[in-house]
Amino acid sequence: MAARDSDSDEDLVSYGTGLDPLEEGAGRMGRRSGACSELRSGHCAPGWATERDSVSKKKNGDEDLSEFGIAPKAIVTTDDFASKTKDRIREKARQLAAATAPIPGATLLDDLITPAKLSVGFELLRKMGWKEGQGVGPRVKRRPRRQKPDPGIKIYGCALPPGSSEGSEGEDDDYLPDNVTFAPKDVTPVDFTPKDNVHGLAYKGLDPHQALFGTSGEHFNLFGGGSERAGDLGEIGLNKGRKLGISGQAFGVGALEEEDDDIYATETLSKYDTVLKDEEPGDGLYGWTAPRQYKNQKESEKDLRYIGKILDGFSLASKPLSSKKIYPPPELPRDYRPVHYFRPMVATTSENSHLLQVLSESAGKATPDPGTHSKHQLNASKRAELLGETPIQGSATSVLEFLSQKDKERIKEMKQATDLKAAQLKARSLAQNAQSSRAQPSPAAAVGHCSWHVALGGGMATLKASNFKPFAKDPEKQKRYEEFLVHMKQGQKDALERCLDPSMTEWERGRERDEFARAALLYASSHSTLSSRFTHAKEEDDSDQVEVPRDQENDVGDKQSAVKMKMFGKLTRDTFEWHPDKLLCKRFNVPDPYPDSTLVGLPRVKRDKYSVFNFLTLPETASLPTTQAPSEKVSQHRGPDKSRKPSRWDTAKQEKKEDSVSEFLSLARSKAGPPKQESSPLVNKEEERAPESSTNQTVNKGVDAQAEGEGSRPSMDLFRAIFASSSDEKSSSSEDEQGDSEDDQAGSGEANFQSSQGTDLGETSSVAHALMPAPQEPPPSIPIQKMQIDEREEFGPRLPPVFCPNNKDKHKTKKEHRRKKEKKKKHRKHKHKGKQKNKKPEKNSSSESSDSSDSQSDEETADVSPQELLRRLKSLPLRRQ
Amino acid sequence: MAFPEPKPRPPELPQKRLKTLDCGQGAVRAVRFNVDGNYCLTCGSDKTLKLWNPLRGTLLRTYSGHGYEVLDAAGSFDNSSLCSGGGDKAVVLWDVASGQVMRKFRGHAGKVNTVQFNEEATVILSGSIDSSIRCWDCRSRRPEPVQTLDEARDGVSSVKVSDHEVLAGSVDGRMRRYDLRMGQLFSDYVGSPITCTCFSRDGQCTLVSSLDSTLRLLDKDTGELLGEYKGHKNQEYKLDCCLSERDTHVVSCSEDGKVFFWDLVEGVLALALPVGRGVVQSLAYHPTEPCLLTALGGSIQCWREEAYEAEDGAG
Repeated sequence: MAARDSDSDEDLVSYGTGLDPLEEGAGRMGRRSGACSELRSGHCAPGWATERDSVSKKKNGDEDLSEFGIAPKAIVTTDDFASKTKDRIREKARQLAAATAPIPGATLLDDLITPAKLSVGFELLRKMGWKEGQGVGPRVKRRPRRQKPDPGIKIYGCALPPGSSEGSEGEDDDYLPDNVTFAPKDVTPVDFTPKDNVHGLAYKGLDPHQALFGTSGEHFNLFGGGSERAGDLGEIGLNKGRKLGISGQAFGVGALEEEDDDIYATETLSKYDTVLKDEEPGDGLYGWTAPRQYKNQKESEKDLRYIGKILDGFSLASKPLSSKKIYPPPELPRDYRPVHYFRPMVATTSENSHLLQVLSESAGKATPDPGTHSKHQLNASKRAELLGETPIQGSATSVLEFLSQKDKERIKEMKQATDLKAAQLKARSLAQNAQSSRAQPSPAAAVGHCSWHVALGGGMATLKASNFKPFAKDPEKQKRYEEFLVHMKQGQKDALERCLDPSMTEWERGRERDEFARAALLYASSHSTLSSRFTHAKEEDDSDQVEVPRDQENDVGDKQSAVKMKMFGKLTRDTFEWHPDKLLCKRFNVPDPYPDSTLVGLPRVKRDKYSVFNFLTLPETASLPTTQAPSEKVSQHRGPDKSRKPSRWDTAKQEKKEDSVSEFLSLARSKAGPPKQESSPLVNKEEERAPESSTNQTVNKGVDAQAEGEGSRPSMDLFRAIFASSSDEKSSSSEDEQGDSEDDQAGSGEANFQSSQGTDLGETSSVAHALMPAPQEPPPSIPIQKMQIDEREEFGPRLPPVFCPNNKDKHKTKKEHRRKKEKKKKHRKHKHKGKQKNKKPEKNSSSESSDSSDSQSDEETADVSPQELLRRLKSLPLRRQ
Repeated sequence: MAFPEPKPRPPELPQKRLKTLDCGQGAVRAVRFNVDGNYCLTCGSDKTLKLWNPLRGTLLRTYSGHGYEVLDAAGSFDNSSLCSGGGDKAVVLWDVASGQVMRKFRGHAGKVNTVQFNEEATVILSGSIDSSIRCWDCRSRRPEPVQTLDEARDGVSSVKVSDHEVLAGSVDGRMRRYDLRMGQLFSDYVGSPITCTCFSRDGQCTLVSSLDSTLRLLDKDTGELLGEYKGHKNQEYKLDCCLSERDTHVVSCSEDGKVFFWDLVEGVLALALPVGRGVVQSLAYHPTEPCLLTALGGSIQCWREEAYEAEDGAG
């Protein structure tokens, strides 16, 4: 017996370490009985105990019992059973580690060799009444509900799966007697494994289960099997133990391995995705173990988004973040129509406010609320008026209705009156305004000349735009009214008082004051309402303004003298504000100097479109002084813009001819000469004009004069005579003043030019008359000239010919030159009626020109006249044969 | 400290004729160095543009595509592209390697006198007889110019570009300098039709040649006259002028078949280099070395200083 015992002991030892002698003799039966008593008491789950029992029996009994069939075996199994039980949690942890270890199944050996002994601590605890699977501590009265897995347990994945943890749990829930106490829940030890690798935080390596078996056939049911898989870990060793190792079709099916799916099976389409989803089937990892999260069935929806993204040690928030509350857009009123209408323009509203302010202050009356001049505030009569209907008598709301029928007719008449009168009026009113402003300096007037111009311009514009002349019948009154408007536009408080005629009686004044106020009100309202319905044209095609560069390079004469004196620098330099294109700045890697401006190029201003002088760009330097006799002159026909390009070919010669007097003069002018904008003394105007106009009574004359080379360029007056602003008096004046120096003419030309700019409007009437006798003179004489000029101008410094210049051509060129002149002459004849004078100058000029070219060629053999050059260049084959 | 700086070599003038190339493209309207001075471009009156190695005298490539004579050309900073303008009113952007036309900018109303790249070859500036300068964008496919500088009253004969300035000489006798950084236009009146302008290499001065047979050196900032150079003849033709590689001399073509060198500071004539019979119509100065290219008739000449020894194989 003893020997057998020892034999059996030895047998046992072969499986594990030897049992403690202490256990050996004493506790076997007791322990066995203890286990049985546990069974009986019902503290253990019956299924669990029996299963274990049977397993252990089967395991050990297979060999031992069958061979020897003796009791000690049973005792040994009990021990073994006990040790297994106690290590259950640890075992799971180990299995988990095994599954995730680099070499799967490496802990298999450890499983085989299990120490079957208990530590002293266990013994002591057990003696104190502790049982395996329980926590340490006083027994609690009642289990705190269904035990939920601790978060700590969850995280480390070591807890028993809830379903398999305790079979009795369900019972407890159902039936909870008062007098029953429970042991506290066992605590799962936290695995404080130091991290000794350099992997990422949640790196787990390739999960062999998933990589080899998991995805072989079907898609993972990730969510259904989530918890199951977590629980499965325990069973891996038992149920899937045989699968450890490489298996699969590629390696054949071993004898011990489960067969894979039929490799010849037809694939069903259901295995494939038919819809593109944001989530890959499975976890999208194909075996790579991303940090796996603990999942609850109910949270699966949420987890879907976080598959593979939750790090170990983190869990999903149980409470979702409170999402921002999105408020629905406000409900629109049912009758709302999404149409935007623009408010009346700011300018007019400000005007209104001014107006109303003025009204309230000057008349002391209560006025209607400003800014109510929208279309909705118009009453029927106003609308009717706007539409041009005949107003219904009786509803006296507008000034026009105060007027009698007769007055209205007269107004209509006056509306159709010529602009002439209006222009006159305006001009006069402007003049008066200027005077009055000078007489009584007000803050606005103190701003100065410029502001005056601006203000007047604005006033004019509005007046023009309105065309509303309620007092047209009485020009004086109308004038006062306009004055009033102008003042009001400037925001002058005492506008009304100032405009009223001081000679009137108090009553008259009061009446007029009322009238003006009402008229202004009406004007403003109609203006604003109408203007609100129209938008500005992109391009004002019928405006008589044209954009021209604000700054012009001028004063060529002064510059020329400066150049001659080699006084380069300030005298010869013009500086302009110039706006480069934004893209150009970008391309040049330069910051935009004017980031706020949309302007490109030189700043431009508006000028009168139909002023000839815009296009002639005739600067004041009409004054290349040419006091010499005509015969001395260079015969070249200089265009009106000669002064711009004074020295095309013969700069030197020309300069030669300029005498020092002229230089002196131009210098003097540069000092004393008034800037363009300033008005020249108007006093001299008439006298000065007379001589000029006499010289150029007709265009013929002008042309002749030009042909003669009297000035190397026609004087300003020629153009004025043709186009606009000569007057009767001029032509009537005597001819004896012809001898006036050009400089005088030029000066007067300047004056005329300036003054005509300023007083164009005022003079139009006289101009119109003045034009009457002259009109047989057709303007096209300019185009002809221009043509010629253009021909010359087209060529700057030319390119050298391929062959050396050949002087033999000269004769031919001269001829051709003459021929051209002839042609021109014919042209002129055809155009003009003035014959007598034509011929001589023409001859003169042609001979002169040839002379000059001759002389040129004499002077410098290689030099040739421009015409000749031109011709030569044209005829020269540029390509070498 | 211990050693004094080596004394700078006295400037040498290129007066040794190294090479004469018959370009075979009609009259050579302009000759231009590339950016580093190793190659040169010649613009022919037979509508072609040719790329040469001037020292070896080898023709590298012929660019044809212009509809009329080529009047000016320039190379980009990276030698990857060329631009040219000509009598066909077009500005052409070429690919150097392939010889293909990359872009053709049309818009000028007259023949194009002068073309320049900007520093980064993103914009071509072309001056035309139509009195405008147009800035063509090479980056985008935009057919119209980025900006048109039409302040000139007459044909634009010369355009030069610095990193932030555009210098233009016009036949109206004014030299205009558009300063992009300051957003200003400086217009200097010279009085006589300008044939050529250029910046000094230090960027402080501008050199202007005009049809009164005078070159003027103006202070860029103030417009003051720093020097005046006379003696050559330039009364009819559009001739080039430039400064030597170290700004020591002013160089100009002349209508009497010579190239004139003036000392920049003294203003005295240093050398009148006879090139041949006819008009020296164009010249180009090497950016770093005393090497000059001149164009006379249908050929170009390469000049070096006296001490120059032909490098290996470059003979």
